[in-house]
Amino acid sequence: MTKRTSAALRLVNAPWLKPLIFLLLIVVMWDLAIRLFKIPPYQIPAPKDVVVTLWEEWPMLLREAWPTMVATMWGFLLSAAFGIPVAMMIAGSRTIESYVYPLLVFSQSIPKIAIAPLFVVWFGFGMLPKVLCAFLLGFFPVVVSAVQGFKSVEPDMMDLARSMEANRWQIFRMVSLPHAMPSIFAGLKVSITLAVVGAVVGEFVGSNYGIGFVLQRSIGNFELPTMFAALVVLALIGVILFWVLDVIERLAIPWHASQRHDIFMAA
Amino acid sequence: MKQATLRTVTDARAPSGSARSTRPVIEIKGVSKTYKTQDGEVPSLKPLDFDIHDGEFLVVVGPSGCGKSTLLKLIAGLLPPSEGEIRVDGRVVKSPHRDVGIVFQSALLLPWRRVLENVMMPVEVKGLPIGEYRNRALALLKMVGLDGFEKKYPWQLSGGMQQRAAICRALVHDPKIVLMDEPFGALDAMTRERMNVELQRIQRETGKTVLLITHSIPEAVFLADRVLVMSARPGQIDAIYDVTLPRPRSLDVMADPRFVELTQVIRRHFNDPKID
Repeated sequence: MTKRTSAALRLVNAPWLKPLIFLLLIVVMWDLAIRLFKIPPYQIPAPKDVVVTLWEEWPMLLREAWPTMVATMWGFLLSAAFGIPVAMMIAGSRTIESYVYPLLVFSQSIPKIAIAPLFVVWFGFGMLPKVLCAFLLGFFPVVVSAVQGFKSVEPDMMDLARSMEANRWQIFRMVSLPHAMPSIFAGLKVSITLAVVGAVVGEFVGSNYGIGFVLQRSIGNFELPTMFAALVVLALIGVILFWVLDVIERLAIPWHASQRHDIFMAA
Repeated sequence: MKQATLRTVTDARAPSGSARSTRPVIEIKGVSKTYKTQDGEVPSLKPLDFDIHDGEFLVVVGPSGCGKSTLLKLIAGLLPPSEGEIRVDGRVVKSPHRDVGIVFQSALLLPWRRVLENVMMPVEVKGLPIGEYRNRALALLKMVGLDGFEKKYPWQLSGGMQQRAAICRALVHDPKIVLMDEPFGALDAMTRERMNVELQRIQRETGKTVLLITHSIPEAVFLADRVLVMSARPGQIDAIYDVTLPRPRSLDVMADPRFVELTQVIRRHFNDPKID
């Protein structure tokens, strides 16, 4: 008997259950609001219609989700591949920092969405402008977090490593890089969600396939249920990629994840 | 004051009564340090002259900002002196060198390394033979009572245990001198006293030359062969006291009249309202 109650208790305490309950609550309120305020379906579709569309259009949505996902992944990988070395250079050299960092921050004040059409002019309607869009959005958070991670090594720790006669490379490999890993992963997690946005923006301005294209087409045709279904798919892409990254983080820096887990348990 | 031998700066180089050897391991000759900041030059240490003998336990006490930590970094070769020279074992210190192990106020163990891996870090960095020093690391961990914790991560250890592991790391490559910058400053009072007894034992067993910096006068008198009192900014030597209390000392020694008297004498240096 106790075994069964403990299993039930574990189910009640499962971390995915509470957000799910909340989500259901939102959907119910959505449905109620439509009925109460008599909102016409061309403004907000009923949840049921969205679910039906999701079900019926699933093969099409999946097919269109794939290029969006590919563009997101490439954009994200480029962000990581460029962002982390740039952060290393900025953190490693005052000179490089003084030249590059202010410009990098300044470049962030340019709305990247405004540049997206430019990419279409330059690179046409293919995959490349979408990837670049995703990269442009995902790049900055990686750099900022990684710089902060590399720079937050305690000065005493640096002195300690130097007193062991460690050279720059050894200090980087044994101290700075592992120390920066949690911050780098935090930046990557922000980056991957922004890369999804970037890919969709890229599809808005210049593409005839992908979820972004589906979104735009369905709005143009007043197919609101399809548009909402596309939004759900988009959210799923974001969640799945985030989750994959989380798993990789746990594998890459188990010492950090376990520590965090312990704090979570204690709290 | 009659019982605790008091000596002044001028005869600091005279052989110390309680030190086991009079051979100087650390020689500090006319060393001063001035930091260059935006507001101009800030003197941190006035020229210092003193020796530390082989196997000696020297404790430096002084108010905050008297350049104690600077002195430690100079000896470790982490900072160049502005004037004068420092010799360790006869060789002039120009950069970080092999003969030093450091313990800071916080244990500074790397959280991604297990305890043994943390202790082995200097061995890895210096490219010393792993197998041989691994045994030494294990023996050191056993000596400080951490046997059975080799495979634990630092966060699984208490503060006192972490600091013991840090001491092992400072000793693993068998350096001549161990420099300690307020090593027990972050521990609670009871752990701190226990660690003092422990450190005394470790120093006696390994025969290392130790330079320890502290704010605690009782800690200084309890541990030291000699106590070096520094005055505030820019730092200079106020006095050097021999501590002739017999070793090994237990915590009971703190009730000894000689102990009490010496702590009072030293404390007077800091309560004195005179400005030099």
